Amino acid sequence: MPEGSLPKEKTVVTRPYVQVEGIARRYGPTTVFENVWFGVNRGEFVCLVGHSGCGKTTILNILAGLDAPSEGVVLADGREIAGPSLQHAVIFQGHALVPWMTAEQNVAFALGSKHRDWPRHRLAEAARAALAKVGLEGAAGRKPSELSGGMKQRVGIARAFAITPKMMLMDEPFSALDALTRGALQEEVSRLVTEAGQTAFMITHDVDEAILLSDRILLMTNGPRARVAEVVVNTLPKPRVRATLHHQPGYHALRDHIMDFLITRSRTLAGAPPDGYDPRRPPEVII
Amino acid sequence: MQREVSAWRAALLSLVILALFLGGWELALQGAGQGGGPALDPEYAALLGQAAATGGQTPMPKPSEIGRRLFQLLSDPFYIRGPNDQGIGIQIAWSLGRVLLGFGIAALVAIPLGFVIGMSPLLNAALNPFIQVLRPVSPLAWMPLALFTIQDSSISAVFVIFICSIWPMLLNTAFGVSAVRREWLNVARTLEAGTWRTAFRVILPAAAPTILTGMRISIGIAWLVIVAAEMLVGGTGIGYWVWNQWNNLSIADICIAILMIGLVGLALDRLLGLAARAVAWNE
Repeated sequence: MPEGSLPKEKTVVTRPYVQVEGIARRYGPTTVFENVWFGVNRGEFVCLVGHSGCGKTTILNILAGLDAPSEGVVLADGREIAGPSLQHAVIFQGHALVPWMTAEQNVAFALGSKHRDWPRHRLAEAARAALAKVGLEGAAGRKPSELSGGMKQRVGIARAFAITPKMMLMDEPFSALDALTRGALQEEVSRLVTEAGQTAFMITHDVDEAILLSDRILLMTNGPRARVAEVVVNTLPKPRVRATLHHQPGYHALRDHIMDFLITRSRTLAGAPPDGYDPRRPPEVII
Repeated sequence: MQREVSAWRAALLSLVILALFLGGWELALQGAGQGGGPALDPEYAALLGQAAATGGQTPMPKPSEIGRRLFQLLSDPFYIRGPNDQGIGIQIAWSLGRVLLGFGIAALVAIPLGFVIGMSPLLNAALNPFIQVLRPVSPLAWMPLALFTIQDSSISAVFVIFICSIWPMLLNTAFGVSAVRREWLNVARTLEAGTWRTAFRVILPAAAPTILTGMRISIGIAWLVIVAAEMLVGGTGIGYWVWNQWNNLSIADICIAILMIGLVGLALDRLLGLAARAVAWNE
């Protein structure tokens, strides 16, 4: 490892890239979630797992700057997130490609937003290169309607990675896909994130997906008044491969822990934090 | 379930229906106007025109007569012999010119305004009562007001086209813009695409099919209205020509005018249909 990267490693320890500080979302008298605190370190992959209605998507939108919390702040790089930014790319649940542009044009549109001075041919070249990274060089000229669901989401992934953001935000990006395609795309994202040393935050329902991709898994209680109940540290060694993941020692214990949480504890813990629970420091669990 | 119909069979059936219709028309009039020829002095008849020639009765023309007249009119459509005697092509060109001018100005106003209304729920709510009250007003009700304020009959006709073709475009543009998918706007926002970039690269293409539908409705209305407007305004145009032929009691010419108005209207609609296909997208 080059020596120059050492000080950077130090900042990882001292201050996370993203600091979520006591955010809440209220609609009138209803509180969806409150007192949510967590951080995402540089180069770290954090998953947020919880049932529908606990405000997961709202939290992601707040991180993306598309939404604002009713209370609290989110800091990125020490500065408050006040709006959407090219530094934080989003991979949407639906692919969110515009249907009148080809795959290449969709990616080029993103690139053109970042590199305003690039001429058209340079944007096209870079877009094709980004598509090639997800194995879609042959489909650059096709419209989204001519692509399968998995290919569309690949384009969405290529678009997000093309602008080399500081953080990647993913809102259940694979939930609309069939199991086989989902598996392929999870490995694709895993590879791209590792290659780029990408900081990433992802929402998911899929426990295996969380275990495959994440370094830490935030478990949220059910709403209303949802909060981060605990943080599970994923100690399974990397690189993880989907095909062999379930043979790794520790996998089942980890999976069972999260499943138990989703099935019972997400409900029993809702609204009634245990004694000694500090929302600023949700208990860390290492299995 | 509807079965697939082959195009040539449908066309064949259309031709049969047309032949039956024209044949029936021709046969029904066979012998009707043959009451022993002109009862009056032919010179006097010629002086008074066709009406006198058949003893005050204007016979309904047979399709064959209309066909001959059509051929005659189309063989020299662009002649100009004084203000009251111009070729049918010239008249249609006048009408088309007015329609395109009024429609064009309406589009220039309606599309940007509709864009703003669609983007702003406040403006949408504030302007909606005005639009809803003005929209159902018959275009011809505007005519006296236009003639009084503008004082120029030709410009008044264009104004009437403008005022009647603006509403569908305005409403469709506003609706199309306000209905743009939230996720596409979010994509643009996360990419920090500016207002203009978002407007032209995301919102406009997304709303284009809806806008084109509005334009298509508008041009149809404009073409409907121009005939009536020109009957009132006079001077030139296919509407004026129809009125003129009515005064001349040349029913054949009126039938031809109806056919021409229909064909031009069809052509206008098809043109916008092609444009709509060019901007259509599907998911």
